[in-house]
This record gives sequence, structure tokens and C-alpha cells, in this order.
Amino acid sequence: MATAVLTRLDPQSKAAARGWSDLTIRNVFIIPTILFLIVFNIFPLIYSLGYSFTDFRASTNSAANFIGLQNYRELLNDPFIWSNFAITAKYVIVSVAGQVLVGFGTAMLLNRDIPLKGLLTTLLLLPMMLSMAVVGLFWKLLYDPSFGIINYALGLGKFEWLSNPDMALYAVAITDIWMWSPFVMLLSLAGLSAVPKHLYEAAAIDRAGPLYTFFRITLPLVAPILMIAIIFRTMEAFKTFDLAYILTSQPTTEVISIRLYKMAFQEWQTGRSCALAYIVLIMILAITNIYVKYLNKVKER
Amino acid sequence: MRKTLTGMLAGIGFSLACGTSAFAAELTIFWAEWDPANYLQELANLYEAETGVKVTVETTPWSDFQTKAFTEFNAKGSAYDMVVGDSQWLGAASEAGHYVDLTDFFNKHKLSETMAPATVKYYAEYPSASGKYWAIPAEGDAVGWSYRKDWFEDPKEKESFKAKYGYDLDVPKDWKQLRDIAEFFHRPDQNRYGIAIYTDNSYDAMVMGVENAIFSWGGELGDYANYKVDGIINSDKNVAALEAYKELYKFTPPGWAKSFFIEDNQAITENLAAMSMNYFAFFPALVNEASNPNAKGTGFFANPAGPSGDQYAALGGQGISIVSYSQNQEEAFKFLEWFVKDETQKKWAELGGYTCNKAVLESAEFQNATPYNKAFYETMFKVKDFWATPEYAELLIQMNQRVYPFITGDQGTAKEVLDSLAADWNATFKKYNRVQ
Repeated sequence: MATAVLTRLDPQSKAAARGWSDLTIRNVFIIPTILFLIVFNIFPLIYSLGYSFTDFRASTNSAANFIGLQNYRELLNDPFIWSNFAITAKYVIVSVAGQVLVGFGTAMLLNRDIPLKGLLTTLLLLPMMLSMAVVGLFWKLLYDPSFGIINYALGLGKFEWLSNPDMALYAVAITDIWMWSPFVMLLSLAGLSAVPKHLYEAAAIDRAGPLYTFFRITLPLVAPILMIAIIFRTMEAFKTFDLAYILTSQPTTEVISIRLYKMAFQEWQTGRSCALAYIVLIMILAITNIYVKYLNKVKER
Repeated sequence: MRKTLTGMLAGIGFSLACGTSAFAAELTIFWAEWDPANYLQELANLYEAETGVKVTVETTPWSDFQTKAFTEFNAKGSAYDMVVGDSQWLGAASEAGHYVDLTDFFNKHKLSETMAPATVKYYAEYPSASGKYWAIPAEGDAVGWSYRKDWFEDPKEKESFKAKYGYDLDVPKDWKQLRDIAEFFHRPDQNRYGIAIYTDNSYDAMVMGVENAIFSWGGELGDYANYKVDGIINSDKNVAALEAYKELYKFTPPGWAKSFFIEDNQAITENLAAMSMNYFAFFPALVNEASNPNAKGTGFFANPAGPSGDQYAALGGQGISIVSYSQNQEEAFKFLEWFVKDETQKKWAELGGYTCNKAVLESAEFQNATPYNKAFYETMFKVKDFWATPEYAELLIQMNQRVYPFITGDQGTAKEVLDSLAADWNATFKKYNRVQ
């Protein structure tokens, strides 16, 4: 059918006057995009895979020597790298769980007839419209132990959010939750408003309790869209750089992307950092794959 | 139609020709974003007035400086004709061919005689003692200290200090006194703290702070000529110095775990700390009443001596180099010819730049010009620096990784930390075939 649409050309159209077929027009739009993708995405991806097997350093003039899997072997045996991965995993779990709880909870609260609902929703969306760097800089001020408003409001005295190695990662995660819960809220709200009202009416007739209704009707129907939100947020949290980099320099907040940045652009270990980037890519792909499989299962239900 | 086309082409050709000639008389110097870069721009404006050659000082925040400069070098870009690069970059930039060899220029102008010896050794020469020069010492700098003179001179404070420690409260002469004074003024209940030190581990801040202790304890980071570190970086002196630095962290204001020059100056301007470590280049803001309400009550001193009387400080500052990929190298050389003249160096110092010119530094006029110039002069003749090998960034990050958790998080012991660091550095030097 698609072919039929493509080959049919209105003889009166301008394209026909120029002698362009629909196929030509399609190519004019698609080929530059594909070329762009190849030049700026696929080519560097493959090129950097090649570099990951070498000892190449972009800061020197020495040629890149092939060293096989040495970069991968050394990286996977480096306790600092494993600690970076552990920190990243902890951060992803705390941050994404927090965003889902807060975001979904807010969506539940907003999914009813309340005055100024539209305005309230818009205001709640504001944090995610800000730049990460700006959010990082002003949360640094909010967390300040001497004059920060958080300690003042919570009566915590001189509590050191960012200098305390055990607390710093949670402080970064709280900022991320504040910023990105609205995203989960927005998707959840879309999911919630799509749940057919008659299901709730039927449940009410059957005298189902609120918890039963939530777990048997609301959650299963919102789950697919919630999973999409979780996939996006997990991928983003895994790549977090700006917030953690700006807020604190604790080793306990050195997520893998910060380590990667330092390796690539401060130490200029280009080959090694390409290998690390591939390890991170494989991990993100694996995690996303698990989620997508689960998402498909949820949809089938 | 043809006439119009010919006219257009001629016009384009003419503007291109004009554009090219305008570019030839323009130079770009790349530096970090701080006051000395503004002073250099003022100095460069004088050069433009004299010669008609426009010189622009382009800046970027400190955190991006190294990354941005090397990205441009690696791409063999000609965006910058000269760069005022960090002393640690010398190895990386010279071995990779990013800097033009200035040895002949250096010898022709006898700069090793006219510039302060430490600045020649650390800002210009690589490898160490090779007689090969890659930069002209431009902005001398080292770590010094500012303090609240008004707090120190308060008779009540003097009395209670003497009662507690048995000697007069004055500018600390050694690190023990520095520690005592920090402890004495550390009063969290009054929102007043003892000392502000560098703890930022994103680049070289904390390492420079620790170096201040290590060098004054008589320790070294390693044997720079032979890449030997065992028994040097983890020597008993260095262990004691690291412990002393960590002890000072106890007397810092709350949340002092990512502090560099901005925070350390704020410690003085915001009445937070009695003493504050900082590069001399950041002291002009402290004598200016517009930026420091306590300007009149602020004093300065050089890094105090260690337990056996050694007195050294960590070197900051930069030399100016010509970038190999610049298309205006000839003009750049002419600018440097002008820059190294005694009268230009004098003007540079007057504008606020820290000249490395020996004659200017030694002049009474310079030493009395500001409350901190004398301390600067004294310091510049007893400075030491970090490794300048091409892999210095890896060494720096390894030191940050080992030392930071110990200082701010109380993890491990100083001996364990420095032993692990020695192992890391050995592995790095092995990786680059510096040692067998």
C-alpha cells in the first residue's frame, strides 16, 4: 500500500511540474538525515570502537598502537572503576525510585477535579524546563550549611549535605528527583486520564476498596506508560554528569560519566576512555533491553 | 548579467583580501578567566597603541581551561596564537609539538638571567635541567596566606591566646603555630572558624594545598629527573605533612569540601575564617574595599616553615607560549620581544600582573606597592611544583583519588594513602615506559 501511495503523483502538483516523483521527494528528505546520522553518529561510534583497542592519546603525536583487549581488561580490573559503577547503580536506583514515587503520587493527586488544575500542572512542570547547570548551582546554595534555606527550613543546624561523603550522593539524587519527577508525573497523568471511568464504576459497585482498585485497575493500566518513563529516566540517570559535577566533588558522587570525562578530557587517555564508553554503552543497552522486554510483557497482559 | 556577476566576484575578492590583511595584524592569547587576564588585556592594549597590532586575550573558566586548550591543540587548530598555559602542561605540550621551541629566543634575551630562577625552572624549561625552553615566564604566582589582622590584634584575643598556648598571637612562623591559631579561632557557635584551605579535587587545588605542607616538611613528590617515587612520596616527612593538612581541615567552616580560590577569599570577606590559603593572584580583591568589607583588617603572610625550618610553597602561575599551529608566529614573536622588555615588565606589575622579572621583583617600588607584594617576592624564591610530565593529569587525578577521602572523609591512614599513591604513580610511569 505504501508503494501505491509513493508511486501515485498528482499530475497538477508542483513536484510533477518539476519532474519529481514522490520517491525523489522522499529521498530528498531522508538521504540527508541518513547521511547526517552516518557522519555524526555511526562513523564516530565505529571509529571509537577501533580506538578502544589501542593506546591512542589525542594529546600526543604518537601513533595509536593496537593493544587488543588490554584497555577492557585493565578497566574491568580497576577497583576505582567498579566503585564508580557501584555509585552510579546506587544513584540510578535512588533517583529513579524517588522520581517514580513522587511523580506518580503527584499525578494521582492531580488526576481529579481540583480548582486551577491546569495552572498547578504547568507550575509543577517548571523544574524540568531549567538547565541542569543552573539547577546544580542554585541547589548548591540551597544546601549550603551556613546560609542554605534547606537547613533553615528543616531546622538541621549546620548539616553538611554536600561535604558529608555518605550524604552527598543522596543530596544529588534529591535534586534530580526535584527536577525530573514532573516528567514522570506528566506521563503518569496521561496514563491515568486514559483509564476508562467505567472500570472504577464497576469496582465501586463490587465494593472494591481503594487499595484493591489501585493495584488491580489503576496500576496495571498505567504500567506500560510508567515503564516508558522509567526507561527514559534510567537511561538519563545512568548518564548523569552535570548535577553531580557541579554540586559536589566527593569521590562518593563520582558517577561513571564523570570518571569517563576525566579520563577522556583531563588525562587524554583516548583509547582507554573509548573502551570505558563502550562498557557503559553495553550496560545501558542491557538494562534498557530488560526494561523493554518487561514493557512488552506488561502490554501483553 | 555577466557584468553584475563579475562585479560581485570582484567585491567578494576585495573583501576577502582586506579580511586577510586585517587578520594578519591580530593576535589571540588564550588564558583562564581571572583578574590577571584582564590586566594582560590592558597591557596588550598598550601594545596595540604602539604597533597597531590588535591583541585579544580570550578567556575561559578555570575548570575548562586545560580541556579547551588541549582540545584546540589536539585538533591542530589555529584559534590561539599564544597561550598562557599552566606549568604542568610543559611536558605534554612540548613533547606533542603543540608549543614552539623558544630556546633561541630565551637565550638571545638572556631570560634565564633576568627572570626569577624558580619561574625559569618551572614555567619555561622542559625536561628539567635540559636548557630547552618552551614558554616565557609571564604570571608568577604561588600559594600564600591572608589573615584577619583585626582579629589577631584584638588585645583580648592576644591575652587569651597567650594564656592557652604560652606564646604571643602573631603571624604564624611555622605550621605548628598555624595549627594552634586555627584551633584558637575555631568557634562554630559564633559562626567563626579557624582556617580556610583548598579542598577542591576537580583539578589541582587540593593537591597544591597539600604540597604546601609537604614541601615545608622538607618532603618531595618524587625524583623528577628519574621518575622515582618509592620512599619519596610516601616518606615519613610526607606522612606527617599530610596528617598536618588533614588536621587543619577540622578547623575549616562547615561544608568546606569543595573549596578553591573563590571560597577561600569568601572566608575572609564573609568573616568566616581567621586565616585563608590562596594564590597571590587572588589577593588584589582582598585589599579592595569594594570587594572586601574587611580590607583594612586583612593582612598577608608567606607559607610558614615546617618543623625542621624548611620553608617552601606550591607554585602557581604560568608562562606564555607560542602555539605551533598559529599562522601569526612572526607577529607573536614580536609581541614577546616587547613583553620581555624591562619597561613592559614594570608596566605589567603596575597594572596588577605578577611579573617574574627579577629586577622589578627586587625593587622597593614593587615590594611596597601592595601589602602582599613583599610576601610574594619572598615566596617566589622558594617555590616548588608538581610533575610536568606529559602524563601529569593522570598523576594529579590519582593523587586526588587517594588524598581527598583521607582529608575530608577520614578514610584510611596517611601512610596507607601515600603508599597506595606511590603504587599508582609507579604503575603510571611503567605504563609510559618512564621506568622499567
